[in-house]
Amino acid sequence: MTDNVIVLAGGLSHERDVSLRSGRRVAQALRDTGHTVLEADVNASLLDTIAAVADPVVFPVLHGGAGEDGALRSVFDLLDIRYVGSTGPASRIAFDKAVSTPVVAARAAGFRTPRQSSLPHDMFRELGAANLIAALGEQIGFPMMVKPARSGSALGCTKVTQASELPAAIVAAFAYGDIAIVEEFIEGVEVAVSVIDTGGGPRALPAVEIRPRSGVYDYTARYTAGETRFVTPADLSDAEAARCAELALAAHEALGLRDLSRTDLIVRDGEPVFIEVNVAPGMTETSLLPLAIEASDASFAEVCAALVRVARQRSGDTDLP
Amino acid sequence: MSSLEPSRRDTRLDPYIDQYADRTGSMTVSAVRALFAVANRPEVVSLAGGMPNIADLPLADLGASFDQLIQTKGVQAMQYGSGQGELFMREKIVEVMAEEAITANPDDVVITCGSQQALDLVTRIFIDPGDVILAEAPSYVGAMGTFNAYQAQIHHVEMDEDGLLPDALRQAVVALRAAGKAVKFLYTIPNFNNPTGITQPLERRREVLAVARELGVLVVEDNPYGLLTIEGEPIDAMRSMDPEVIYLGSFSKTFAPGFRVGWVLAPHAVRERLTIAQEAAVLSPPVFSQFAIANYLDNFDWRGQIATFRSMYQARRDAMLDGLSAHMPTGTTWTSPNGGFFVWVTLPEGLDSQALLPRAVNERVAYVPGTAFYADGFGSRNMRLSYCFPTPERIYEGTRRLGKAIADELEMHATFGLDTGEHRHTDRNLGPAPDVS
Repeated sequence: MTDNVIVLAGGLSHERDVSLRSGRRVAQALRDTGHTVLEADVNASLLDTIAAVADPVVFPVLHGGAGEDGALRSVFDLLDIRYVGSTGPASRIAFDKAVSTPVVAARAAGFRTPRQSSLPHDMFRELGAANLIAALGEQIGFPMMVKPARSGSALGCTKVTQASELPAAIVAAFAYGDIAIVEEFIEGVEVAVSVIDTGGGPRALPAVEIRPRSGVYDYTARYTAGETRFVTPADLSDAEAARCAELALAAHEALGLRDLSRTDLIVRDGEPVFIEVNVAPGMTETSLLPLAIEASDASFAEVCAALVRVARQRSGDTDLP
Repeated sequence: MSSLEPSRRDTRLDPYIDQYADRTGSMTVSAVRALFAVANRPEVVSLAGGMPNIADLPLADLGASFDQLIQTKGVQAMQYGSGQGELFMREKIVEVMAEEAITANPDDVVITCGSQQALDLVTRIFIDPGDVILAEAPSYVGAMGTFNAYQAQIHHVEMDEDGLLPDALRQAVVALRAAGKAVKFLYTIPNFNNPTGITQPLERRREVLAVARELGVLVVEDNPYGLLTIEGEPIDAMRSMDPEVIYLGSFSKTFAPGFRVGWVLAPHAVRERLTIAQEAAVLSPPVFSQFAIANYLDNFDWRGQIATFRSMYQARRDAMLDGLSAHMPTGTTWTSPNGGFFVWVTLPEGLDSQALLPRAVNERVAYVPGTAFYADGFGSRNMRLSYCFPTPERIYEGTRRLGKAIADELEMHATFGLDTGEHRHTDRNLGPAPDVS
């Protein structure tokens, strides 16, 4: 058995920069725990690179695109390459908000999800944008959130408070992909709950509360140190915190995820509402999962090492959802 | 909100967040900046960066020459040097400036770490917070970053196809002074303006200088690209017509940017302060780089190398202009530069180049949105395209991809009725930029 780990970061998605930052942090953590780490990007030489390393575990720290949508993980499944994180099929479902939200709504009984509609751009062209926009206003109501179905880091997301803003917000979301999500805006306490499984089954880490200085947890607020206040554990009652943990675990299970995930949710009137789940949570200096690990009195490096160990011990058979 | 329990950690992940200077307020991460990380991938045709293409340099010969330099003058070349820069380098710079009709004394040259640091020094010695710097509309993003760092107020002056408008300059100065503002200097890039590629003809330079002289406005002339004129000879520098002009030069485009050697030529009294400011900033500009560049100028055909660069950039410019003609949707316009690195594109009405960028990246092409080149929010319909680095074939392909992204965005706008202007973003879209095409 070797200590070889290949940390995958970069990729071609809009979140490449975030991924590179996350990857460097994970790679350093694994080096600190005695692993031999190779950092690699996703390109035509990747499979040769992996083949050249003896008995590696791949740690994908790719945000967005093929790294998070399951495409690359399906290749690893096919080639019996061991890796940290959820399977290709599970990632595919989780990454697409147009699919994951209804799945959580159906399978995580007793938890709330926002009213949501997902629409490809050609629907607007074929059915007439004005009609659909009017229907969205009536059915979802204002304020509402508009976002790309398959993207992260709040890229392409807009809060829409009146009908006149809706077309531009939808066009902005379509700049990132072919399907836009329009969903009810949930007002409340913004919280992220990370789930990790280092061998003893999935467990929820302490909730991290997010208080962006500008009021909006956008790209700048996410990745500029100082722009957001993080409170760990979140300033919630014990009952609320417990419900948040239950929801994150329920989403993790409902989507068939493994090893690690992060569920973003909003606590409204004492009850958490599911917003989205991430199979490749950010690992940067300002990211939520590392903060949650710290709040649980564990070390980031040890958790990364434990995730690698779990992946290494896993048989080639994948646990499909 | 309830008070936090002692066991809770409340952090902004930066213990110094309340201690930074006010001028750092805009130094934050942005999604647009992050998208440029994707542009570095080989799959993406990056028309974003302004990186000089130095692949044609005679690297083997340079290596042998630098080896000789280290063996014969290494101890001196790797030591601290003069704060003003080495005399032999300043003498060489005077020779280089003569190519653009400038007559100067080496004593009036201060060597800097690229002309970017010359900008920093000039701003440092002239600007108090709130002072006004006049700049072309649009202007070099890196200069505006420096001006902002010194809390200057940037006021843009309109351009036409011949660059700065003298009447607009006059009106701006008069109006700003009437409002009690201290107008400290005019920052201008007369040759192949970054980002527009527009050049001021000789007569326009005279007119601008006449207005500046009449109103007592100092002129800072930034000229990194003048020797990269494609057709014809470089136009005489403004400094050649007026010794009071502060002139910024650089070897980054005519040789190589990695040496970080630029310079500022200034009237005697100004030069004195610049030298003292330079000593405070870096003690001495890179001595080894000065030796290396002087060695290059002495022993290589640097004029021939510039001619090679010009023809290499001409092929790239032609590929870009051909590509734009072939691929841009109706309603798109662009400039046709005779040198430098950049073409300035104006999108059809209603489109926003910043909103378009993720779609362009999906198509594997990148550019810089026009708003980066304005301090006042204009430029949403514009983008800067660089033709300096990719091969002509890749540039042409990049324009094809860009054309598709624009066409798709136009279709989207048509679907959603956004071309009427009624439903546009109001925060970013401040209407069309000045027509500089």
